[in-house]
Amino acid sequence: MKRHVIIGNGTAAVGCIEGIRSVNREDAITVVSKENHSVYSRPLISYYLEGKTDTERMRYRDENFYSENRCDVRYGVTVDKIDTASGECVLSSGERIPFDDVCVAAGSTPFVPPMEGLDTVPKRFGFMTLDDALSLEKELTPKTRVLIVGAGLIGLKCAEGIRDRVGSIIVCDLADRVLSSILDSECAAIVQKHLESNGISFLLSDSVAKFDGCTAYMKSGASVAFDVLVLAVGVRANIGLVKDLGGTVNRGIVVDTAMETSIPGVYAAGDCAEGYDASLGANRVLAILPNAYLQGRTAGINMAGGDEKFTNGIPMNSIGFFGLHIMSAGTYDGEMSEEKADGILKRFFVRDDHLRGYILIGETGRAGIYTALVREQTPLSEIDFEAAKKIAGSAIFSADVRRKKFGGAV
Amino acid sequence: MKRVYVNEEWCLGCHLCEYNCAWANSGIRFMTDALKGRKIFPRIHVEGDDKITFAVSCRHCEDPLCIKSCIAGAIRKEDGVVKINRNKCVGCLTCVLVCPYGALSPAEDGIMQKCELCLTKSFGEPACVKGCPNHAIVYEERGGME
Repeated sequence: MKRHVIIGNGTAAVGCIEGIRSVNREDAITVVSKENHSVYSRPLISYYLEGKTDTERMRYRDENFYSENRCDVRYGVTVDKIDTASGECVLSSGERIPFDDVCVAAGSTPFVPPMEGLDTVPKRFGFMTLDDALSLEKELTPKTRVLIVGAGLIGLKCAEGIRDRVGSIIVCDLADRVLSSILDSECAAIVQKHLESNGISFLLSDSVAKFDGCTAYMKSGASVAFDVLVLAVGVRANIGLVKDLGGTVNRGIVVDTAMETSIPGVYAAGDCAEGYDASLGANRVLAILPNAYLQGRTAGINMAGGDEKFTNGIPMNSIGFFGLHIMSAGTYDGEMSEEKADGILKRFFVRDDHLRGYILIGETGRAGIYTALVREQTPLSEIDFEAAKKIAGSAIFSADVRRKKFGGAV
Repeated sequence: MKRVYVNEEWCLGCHLCEYNCAWANSGIRFMTDALKGRKIFPRIHVEGDDKITFAVSCRHCEDPLCIKSCIAGAIRKEDGVVKINRNKCVGCLTCVLVCPYGALSPAEDGIMQKCELCLTKSFGEPACVKGCPNHAIVYEERGGME
């Protein structure tokens, strides 16, 4: 029987637990949870504020998940140090938990750039955890003026979630477009226009020079009066525990396809890890929920003595704002071709007979077929890619391929 | 386990499977009351081009990517059947983003629904299969990959 310690209690931790238990029931599992909550779906915090879910339905797994999986969970504590010499994790409470191996699933921390006068702002929030959302909720009134710093996925989902509960929302970003991590300029312009028509205002290519109480003085010279400030600039992977051990770290904790770090017996998964991106052909942080689960599960299987590799992770996102759905996947590398119709824009990026990435706005049906082309690196010469660009569907494959897909157990 | 399998060479593209699915899941007694004059949101869809047609529904994969990717933890597998808890789903469409078969689409309310093989109903087999005039979809036990 082995003793596993999982540092973190989010999606990657659940993947790790379920990975271990897919191999055996006997190993001991201790989960160290910084938050005082059993695992919940973090990406749902904006839907919570929007009234589309509640804290009960936000549970990522059933209430009895930990007991059914024989996990010992320590809430409200963190790991200060992984002591590989003694084989113990040292907790913030002073407790030492012995381990045979450990999975760092510690996620990320909001990055707050130095901004003059930030500490003079009376009501300021991050938007990452359930507690962030619950604190923010208390300050929302129909008259509240909200300034959101950061027009990325987190900032914009926050804007959508609170729109009907506040007076006004202004989003600012240093970038010249919204969702700059997943959209190019033209796609971003469509999404921005849609958000603006739904009451969200933007100050782009601009940043806060100075806060003075409830006023933000922008670099452009504009000033913004607000009641509530939300900081959604970005996140940084929590790499400290492995860095302290002398393990290889970059923007995230570098892992191989088994999810093991450069320190034997120390694994990492989820937003803190930098794993293999098949669309890029190199490692990078893939801070998305499906990846967190898949990496965690891979780590867990290997920790329990199985043999699992995660070789086809790619960046991918499905995100909607006020009824407009946007999907993207892979790397925007290669020759771009597009399909346009009223309210619809689809862009495909092809290099060396492979679909490397795509962006879809307004028409997302059966997009998983595109995602699989990217993930599996399907040679485009084997399918009818011209037809595929117009409409995603399995008619693009040969009859033989379809027979396998729809004629056998998969 | 039994699954729905496709015989595309026999599919006429008549869309009856879609109508039977929407009717079976409507809870309404008569087909016309359930379907006539309404936009339907079936859990099986006829696809194809000018040469071939075939009906696609959930494959109930051995290793379902939708379950691992669902941001709400709303999809699970019970006795081999991939099921969705519509009460937890928020309609983010991540399952649509990842399903390599293109087998999932949302209900009228934007929340996901999916083929659960009509197991809670009393037909003994999925309504789409039962109503197919040509055995272009069948419900049976088959081995692994062909």
